[in-house]
Amino acid sequence: MIAAAVLAVLALACAVGAWRLTSARWPWRAPRTAILLWQSLGVTWGLATTGALFAYALAPYGAGVVHGLSILLTSAEFDVREPHDVIRLCALLSGFTLLTVLVVVLFAAGAQTLRARRRHRMLLKLIARDEPAVPGVRVVDHPGAAAYCLPGLKSEVVISAGTLDLLSQDELDAMLAHEIAHARERHDLVLLPFGALLRALPWSAVVRDAQAAVALLIEMAADDRARRFCSPKRLATALLRFGAATAVPTPHGALGATSGQNVMARVNRLIKPDIDLPAHVRYGILAASAALAVSAPLLWLLPA
Amino acid sequence: MDILWAQSAPLTAREVGRLIQDRDLAPTTVMTVLDRLSRKGFLNRTRDGRAWRYEPAESRDAYVTELMLEALDLTGDRSAALTRFAQAVSGSEAEILRRALLELEE
Repeated sequence: MIAAAVLAVLALACAVGAWRLTSARWPWRAPRTAILLWQSLGVTWGLATTGALFAYALAPYGAGVVHGLSILLTSAEFDVREPHDVIRLCALLSGFTLLTVLVVVLFAAGAQTLRARRRHRMLLKLIARDEPAVPGVRVVDHPGAAAYCLPGLKSEVVISAGTLDLLSQDELDAMLAHEIAHARERHDLVLLPFGALLRALPWSAVVRDAQAAVALLIEMAADDRARRFCSPKRLATALLRFGAATAVPTPHGALGATSGQNVMARVNRLIKPDIDLPAHVRYGILAASAALAVSAPLLWLLPA
Repeated sequence: MDILWAQSAPLTAREVGRLIQDRDLAPTTVMTVLDRLSRKGFLNRTRDGRAWRYEPAESRDAYVTELMLEALDLTGDRSAALTRFAQAVSGSEAEILRRALLELEE
């Protein structure tokens, strides 16, 4: 029973932590650290929530979640004698449901992403051309501005012909440095579980904000890496020019109302960099993330 | 694919092979490629005697549009298939960005 209570408190703490983190400003000063904290918050929330339900349901076995589950699955018996056993049965069923939904959604999102990428890659092979001015980059003949990275084992950076005309050579280099940073650090994999969670819980404001926050943080992380290789000011002007050129006349459902603010936030960071978070604070946050990530599996194993 | 897009009528593998002048390709290679593309849905084919006639399933522009819609995140799914340089913004926000750009360039 203690394990169930602790896990429930942990799940609640993760939810509150995530909610606080969506409005915090320090992550912009240390995007990488913040991304790690987000990841451990997400994993811990999932494990703690399902764990709390299981721990409550399996409390009579007195063997903890993992052993309790294995006893349940091998004996295939679940006593329902008293009224409150019904509540325990409900907890067990909702625990299984939640766990299944989380796992299935994650895998479905992964499969769908792979499919979309395979088609995109195939189309690029048919349509895109190489451009001598930007070696290693695929160019699609379209007047609009577009620049992105198609991630995969062999990531490809793609830009439109419109982007080539829009940006100066310096700005182009800065933008490519940004995209290559995405490809090298596999930021798509960071974003994937958050996008999947959003699809599982589309009504949850916290999950939506979390997804948006992580999406912005990976952009900032890529900006930080790119500025090591190019002038931050060129990256900033590239962002502004690019952002202004991609404007769509009617706001589409897929667009967040804050995307313009996000571009401005990134530009301001590049031009007037805040002081990096002090090292001891960063290490403190990293240690807390690690402790958080370990806590839920330990509580699953804890007997009682 | 470019050759098929340039033609208005469906072509046989032999005709496509004749149009690829710059490379000396075996007719079977051309046939294999065309067969693979049609199985993936990029080409439609119809029987013509003993040969297949191939034509593009969609115009080149349609594919370019599809790529660009995904590139601009206008398809509505957040599958994280791509990581974009900057998200598309609304018209009024673009004005703010333009003003900031002018300030920066002074």
